[in-house]
Amino acid sequence: MSPRRGNGGRIDRTRTIRFTFDGRPMTGHAGDTLASALLAGGVSLFGRSFKYHRPRGLLSAGVEEPNALVTVLRGEVREPNIPATTTEIHDGFTAVSQNRFPSLDFDVGAVNGLAGPLISAGFYYKTFMGPVLGPLKGTRFWMICERFIRRAAGLGRAGLAPDTARYERMNAFCDVLVVGSGPAGLMAASTAADSGARVILAELEPRLGGSANWSAETIDGTPASEWSAEAVRDLAGRDNVRLLPRTTVWGYYDDNTIAALERVADHKPAPAKGEPRHRHWTIRSQKVVLATGAFERPLVFPGNDRPGVMLASAAERYAREFGVVTGDKAVLFVNNDGAYAAAAGLREAGGTIAAIVDMRAEISAEARAIAAAAGCEHLTGHAVVGTEGGKALSGVKVQRFDAATRRLSGEPRHLDADCLLVSGGWSPAIHLASQAGTAPRWDDGLQAFLPPAPTQAWLGAGAFNGRFSTAQALAEGISAGLTAAAGKGRPAVAPAVGNAAPFSEPAPVFEVPAKGKAFVDFQHDVTAEDVRLAHREGFVSVEHLKRYTTLGMATDQGKTSNVPGLAIMAETLGKPIPEVGTTRFRPPFAPVSIGALAAERFGDIKPERLTPMHDWHADNGATLYAAGLWLRPQIYGLSGETVDQAYVREARIVREAAGIVDVSTLGKIAVQGPDAAEFLDRVYTNMFSTLPVNKARYGLMLREDGFVMDDGTTWRLGEHDFLMTTTTANAGKVMQHLEYFLDVVWPDLRVHVTSVTDQWAGAAIGGPKAREILAACVTGTAVDNAAMPFMGIVKGDIAGAPVTICRLSFSGEMAFEVYCGAGHGTHVWEALIEAGKPYGLVPYGLEALGTLRIEKGHVTGAEIDGRTTAHDLHLDWMLSKKKPFIGSAMLGREGLVSDERLSLVGLIARDNRPLNGGAHVVDYPDEERPRYSLGHLTAACYSPALGKHIALALIRGGKARHGTRAYISDPLRKRFGEVEIVSHHFFDPEGTRLHG
Amino acid sequence: MAEYSALSILKNALSGNRHWKPAWRKPDPKPSYDVIVIGGGGHGLSTAYYLAKEHGITNVAVLEKGYLGSGNVGRNTTAVRSNYLLPENIRFYEQSMKLWENLSHDLNYNVMFSQRGVLNLAHTPAQLDDYARRGNAMRHLDADAELMTPEQIARLVPGIDMSRSARFPIVGGLMQRRAGTARHDAVAWGYARGADRRGVDILENCAVTGFLREGDRVVGVATTRGEIRAKKVAVAVAGSTGHVLRMAGIERLPIESHVLQAFVSESLKPFLDTVVTFGMGHFYMGQSDKGGLVYGGDLDGYNSYAQRGGLPIVEEVMSEMLALFPSLAPVRVLRSWGGVCDMSMDGSPIITTGPLPGMYLNCGWCYGGFKATPISGWCFAWTIAKNAPHELNASFTLDRFHRGLVIDDKGQGATPRLH
Amino acid sequence: MLIPCPYCGPRDVSEFTYQGDAGRVRPDPASTDQAAWNAYVYDRTNPAGDHHEYWQHSGGCRSHLKVTRNTLSHRILDVAFARPSTAHASSRRQGPRP
Repeated sequence: MSPRRGNGGRIDRTRTIRFTFDGRPMTGHAGDTLASALLAGGVSLFGRSFKYHRPRGLLSAGVEEPNALVTVLRGEVREPNIPATTTEIHDGFTAVSQNRFPSLDFDVGAVNGLAGPLISAGFYYKTFMGPVLGPLKGTRFWMICERFIRRAAGLGRAGLAPDTARYERMNAFCDVLVVGSGPAGLMAASTAADSGARVILAELEPRLGGSANWSAETIDGTPASEWSAEAVRDLAGRDNVRLLPRTTVWGYYDDNTIAALERVADHKPAPAKGEPRHRHWTIRSQKVVLATGAFERPLVFPGNDRPGVMLASAAERYAREFGVVTGDKAVLFVNNDGAYAAAAGLREAGGTIAAIVDMRAEISAEARAIAAAAGCEHLTGHAVVGTEGGKALSGVKVQRFDAATRRLSGEPRHLDADCLLVSGGWSPAIHLASQAGTAPRWDDGLQAFLPPAPTQAWLGAGAFNGRFSTAQALAEGISAGLTAAAGKGRPAVAPAVGNAAPFSEPAPVFEVPAKGKAFVDFQHDVTAEDVRLAHREGFVSVEHLKRYTTLGMATDQGKTSNVPGLAIMAETLGKPIPEVGTTRFRPPFAPVSIGALAAERFGDIKPERLTPMHDWHADNGATLYAAGLWLRPQIYGLSGETVDQAYVREARIVREAAGIVDVSTLGKIAVQGPDAAEFLDRVYTNMFSTLPVNKARYGLMLREDGFVMDDGTTWRLGEHDFLMTTTTANAGKVMQHLEYFLDVVWPDLRVHVTSVTDQWAGAAIGGPKAREILAACVTGTAVDNAAMPFMGIVKGDIAGAPVTICRLSFSGEMAFEVYCGAGHGTHVWEALIEAGKPYGLVPYGLEALGTLRIEKGHVTGAEIDGRTTAHDLHLDWMLSKKKPFIGSAMLGREGLVSDERLSLVGLIARDNRPLNGGAHVVDYPDEERPRYSLGHLTAACYSPALGKHIALALIRGGKARHGTRAYISDPLRKRFGEVEIVSHHFFDPEGTRLHG
Repeated sequence: MAEYSALSILKNALSGNRHWKPAWRKPDPKPSYDVIVIGGGGHGLSTAYYLAKEHGITNVAVLEKGYLGSGNVGRNTTAVRSNYLLPENIRFYEQSMKLWENLSHDLNYNVMFSQRGVLNLAHTPAQLDDYARRGNAMRHLDADAELMTPEQIARLVPGIDMSRSARFPIVGGLMQRRAGTARHDAVAWGYARGADRRGVDILENCAVTGFLREGDRVVGVATTRGEIRAKKVAVAVAGSTGHVLRMAGIERLPIESHVLQAFVSESLKPFLDTVVTFGMGHFYMGQSDKGGLVYGGDLDGYNSYAQRGGLPIVEEVMSEMLALFPSLAPVRVLRSWGGVCDMSMDGSPIITTGPLPGMYLNCGWCYGGFKATPISGWCFAWTIAKNAPHELNASFTLDRFHRGLVIDDKGQGATPRLH
Repeated sequence: MLIPCPYCGPRDVSEFTYQGDAGRVRPDPASTDQAAWNAYVYDRTNPAGDHHEYWQHSGGCRSHLKVTRNTLSHRILDVAFARPSTAHASSRRQGPRP
C-alpha cells in the first residue's frame, strides 16, 4: 500500500509535481517537501553518514535534520547539504544524494564501519605521524595519509560554475519582531498588532502556524490548523504587519539587530521577474518575541540510526501535514506522554501502531487511553535495545527496563516493525537567546535547558520557554505581544483549547544501557561509547567533548544531539548536567547561503571610481589599470606596442615636447576658515602660514608617531582658503586625520575641511611645450613667467570653462596642473589635447608618470610605506624647526635616527637589463642561497632620459653608499646582477627644466 | 603513559578502547612552583613544555581559568606560515615553521600540520612587486617563497575566478609551499599532554585573582583554587593581557583588545588544497580535512572582550569570498565565532622579561598567535629560564614602542585595528 | 551595534569609523616631555568594561563622537559630540538637518 493515505493539510493532491532524485523521475504534490514526497514514494534510504557511511533515513521533518541531506542542482550550479526536510519540490526540481560512491544504495565507504573501534573519537591524533627519520620524516607521511583522508572526507560537492542567481539585502525596522508562528507567535503578533505596533512575523516553514498545522487539537472551537489559518489571514490583512514565511531568523546581534534569511524563490521553478533567490534581512526591532518552539530529542540505544527510526513528532507531521504514513507496523519508543499524540496522528492518517514501548513504569491515564484506542501492545517499563533490518527497519528488540535504576532485565524479545518512532523529550530552541547573551539554565523537571535571562530586549513565549501546552503558548503569546508593544492594547482573552494533546515531563533517561553501537550525533557518527572514551581521556568539559568527538559540529549543529551527549558525559562523570556546562550557541541558527550574505556585493564587490575624463581615455586607446578603487590609464598604447614600448615613448615625448596626464584622482580637500593657515602649520611639517595667496607649496605630513603619512601640494587660494591635495591612495585617510584633529584635539580652531576630490577634474600638462600649449588655449589670464612663476596660481578659462592653474611639476618638466569643475573635465581635457596637437602633445598613463617621477627621485606610496621617516627619504629639509607639528615630538627617538635604517638611493643596472620593484640589494650575490639583504627596490623603470635601467631603492647606508656598487638579488624572478648606487635624483637634479 | 601509535590504537581497539588514559592529569595545585605560567592556551602550554624539555624546569604549573585551550588556540583559522615582510618577523616565524615541521613527532601527538601552501593573490602588477619584496625578504632569510603565474594559480585553485574582467583580476601570487594548516585543538592538547608527561601540573578552572608581591617583586598568584607561590610568574594570556596585568597594578599597555570573527562552511568534498588570501581586501580561506571551508577577514575594529562580532564584517567577508569564488554563493556558512586578539601598536608580539621583577610577559599576538605557538613557547621558556631573551625574541620588547624600534609589518603605525 | 549619533539619530556601526581610546591626553604641542608623548601615542588602558572612545560618523555627518561603551557587552552608555562647540550648536537644533 502506498504510504500516501490521507490528504494532509499542507499538500494539494490535485496538483502533481514532477521532480528528479538521483536521476530517477518522481512525483509528489504541491506543498510537499522533498522528504515527504520521497517518503510517499516509498524511499527509506536518504543519505550516508559522514564517517562510517552508514545508511540513514529521515530523523525529523524540519530544520534539525541530521541525516537526509541532498545536493540540489540548478543547471551547473550545485547547492550541497540541503536537508530534504526543508526543501519544497517544484516541477523540474532536481536533487542528488551525497557522500556515497558509487550509489546511495551501495556505498563502498561503508567499509569504514568495520574499522569502527580503530577510528573511534580522536584516533587521528594518535597515529599517521610516520617515521621520525628517512624520506617520510617531518610532515611527509601525514600528508600522504591526509591525501587519502581528504578524498574520503566531506559531505556534498560544491560546484565550480559561477552561481547565476541574484541575492538581495533588505533592511527593516519595526516595533516588534516575532520569531516563530506557532500558536504563541501568532498570538504575540496579533496582540502586538492590536496595540498598533509595527510587527514583523518570521517563520522558517513555508506555511505559518507552526504546531497548529499538525495538531489534533481545537482552538477556539475549530481545528487548530483552521484557527491558525484564520489568524494568519487576519494578520495578512493588516497594514502594520509584515509576514515573512520561509524566513529563518539566524542571528541575534547587538542592539536588537536581527539577521534573517528569506528563501524567496527556492520553491519555484525560477524566480519571478526582479525576484532574488534569497533575501538577507537585517531587522532592527525595538522588541523581539522569541516563539521558536522546541526540538524533540531522539533516544540513544543500539541501532538507533537505522533507516526507519524517526522522531515521533516527525511521524505525526508527515501524517497530518502531508498525508504520508510512515508505517503499518509502527513501534513507538518514548519516555514521555507527548509522543502518544504521534500514535494517534499516525492512526488517524491510516497507519497502524504495533506497539508502544514506554520506558516509564507509571504513565498518565490520558496516554493509556490513547494506547488502548490504538489497540496496540503497550509495553511500559520497557526499552528498545536493538533494531533489525538492512537499509530499512524490519524489527526491534525490546527488554524490560527500570528507568529509575537504568537497569535492563529479562530476556530481549523481538517485535516486528517497519518504523520506530522515538521521543526522548524536548529541547527548547533557545539558540537566538543564547546568541544574544548569557548562559541558559537547566530545568530538572523538563530535562532541558531553558532560555537565559534576557540581556537584550526580547521576550519569550510558549515551548521556547518550556511551556509545552498550546493553552500556555496562547497565553504567553498574548502576554509577550502586549509587553513587547509596550502594553498599549487591552489584553486579549486566550482562546480555549480542546482535545488537548497529552504532555508530561520526560523520564530523565537519555540512553539505554545495552550493548551495541548507539549514536548520539547521527551525521558525525558520534556514539555513546565515543563520549565515554572522551571522558576516559580527560576531555570532560563540554567544549572538549565537542571538539574531541566532533559531537554537535555537523550541519545540524547538534540541535538533537547536544543535550543527549551532555547527559551521557554528566552521567559518566557522576555530576549533574549543568555542572558539565553548556555550549554557547553562535550564529547562524541554521546554515545561511553565502550568496545571501554578500547580497548586492556578489558580482560587484566594490564600486569603480572613474575620473570625469574616463570615457575619453577608454575611447582613445588607454589600457585601464586598477589603482585602489580607481580605474586609471596605464598607457595609451599604439597598435602593436608593448606596455614597455608605450610608456617609454610617452615619457620621452613629455621630455621632448609635452604630455598630459589625468590627475583627477588626487585627493583634494578644501581647508577654509580664519585659522586655516595655523591649522596647516600644525598638520604639515613645513610652514604654510607664510605662503602668499595664489601660491602653492609642497607639504609633508607625519603621523603622530613621527613616521611619514602623506605628501602633496597645498594651494593658497585666499587668505583663509586653501586647497590641499593628497596622494590618491591616502585621500580618505588624510581627510579623516584632519577631521579628527579639528574635532578632538583642536576644537578651538576655526577651520572647516571639505572633501572636494569629486568636485574637481585635474589634468597635469608638462614638457618643454607645455606653456605654449596653455598660451594657445587659456583665456582671461597670462601664463607667462611673470603671471605664473614657479608654484604660482592663476584663474582663467579654457574653451569657455573656468579653470584654476598652478605651475607645479611632478615630472620635472615645466608643468602645470589645470583644475576645472568635474562636469567640465572632458571639455577642458579635449581643448588641451586640441591645443597641443601642433606641439606633439600626447596623453600619458601611470607607467610614464612613474618613469618620470623615478627619473626625478620623487617619492610616492612605494617609498612612503608607513615605515619611513622624512630623514629616510631625504626630506629633512621640510621639517620646520620653528614650530611644533604633528609627529615632531616623536622624531628624536632612537629607532627613528638609527644608522641601521634604510634610506633612499638610486640604482643603475650595470648590465643594462630591466630591474624589478621588490628585488633586494646585497653586497655579496649568492644565487643559490641569497642572504644579507641591504634593502629593496621600491620602483624601477627604463629611463628614456638616461638610456638606462634605473630604480629607486631603500637600503642600509643610504647616501653614504653613493658611487659604490652592489648587486641585485631577486631570487623570485631569478634576476641578479650588478648595480651602481647613485643619488635618487637621476635626472636634472638642479631642476633647471622645470624653471624653464 | 603510553605512546600513541598505530599499534596502540590497534591494541586498544581490541580491548574496546577501555584502557585509554587521560591525555593529561587533573592535579591539585601545590603550594609553590619554580614557574607559574598563567594561561592554558597554546602559548602557555608550549612554554611549559619547552621549560621542561629544553631547560629541565619541570616544577611548573600552568593556570587556566576555564578549560584548557579555551582561548584563541581553539578559535583561529589554523593557518601556519612565515610569509612576513620584516626580518625580525620572518626569522621568528620561520623558526616556528621548523618546529611545526617536526611537532607531531616531538609531541607524539598528530597535530596534523599539513604543508599545503599559503597563496597570497596579487591583483595589480604593483601589488605583485610588493609581494616580490616580501618573498625575496623571506628567501634572504631561508624561508621558502615563490611567485605564481595566473596559469599556475588556475591549476592549483579550482573554482577561482581568473577572468580578466573580474573587478580585481588576479595577476599572480606569492606562494609559500611549506606553509599550511594544523589542527588547532590538537596543538593545545598535544602540548598539554607533552608538558604533563614531563611533570608539569596543568590546573584547569583555576582563575588568577591577584598577584602576590614582596615589594616590587611578584612571588606568586592568588587564584580561585588558593594562593600559589612561585619563583617566576609568566603571563601568556593574549586577549586578556590588559585584564590580568591590571591585577599587578599595570594600568596601561601598548595593546588594544579587538574581536576577530571566523567562519566555517558546511562540510564539502575537499577541493581547496591550499590556503588562499585576497589582495584587495582582507580575506583568507582554507579547507579542513573534514571539508569545512575555514575563513575570515578583518577585525570588527573596536575594543572588545566579548568574543562576539557584528554583521557588517560577516557581510564583508562573504562578499570577498565570492569575489574570488563565485561558485560558492549557494554554499552555506555553518558557524561563526569571535576571538579576542591582543592588538599591539605595531602588529608584532611582545615576549620579554618584566615588566615587574619576577614577572615575564608574552602578549600582543594580533593575528599571528596560532602559527607562533611553538616558537613563542620556545622563546618564552628561554627568556624565563635565562632571565634574558633569545636572539629570536630580542626585538619583541615592551619598550620598543617608546623607543621607536617598532616592527611594523603593515606600516600602519599606532592604530591597532589596522594591523 | 547601533550608535546613537546626536546629530543623525541611531545608526548602524558600519557607518562609523573607530578612532580609538578617548582617555589619552595629548601633551601640549610644544611639550618636550618625551615620556608623556610616548604614553599618549602608544599606551592604552584597554579596560574590560566601560571604555571612553572616539567614533567618527564617517558615513553620515562626519562628526567625531565621544562614546562610552562597555567592551564586554557592547552596550553604549553615553554619546556626545567630541567637539564641544558642535554640541552647543546642535542642542538648539530640533530634528535632522533639512
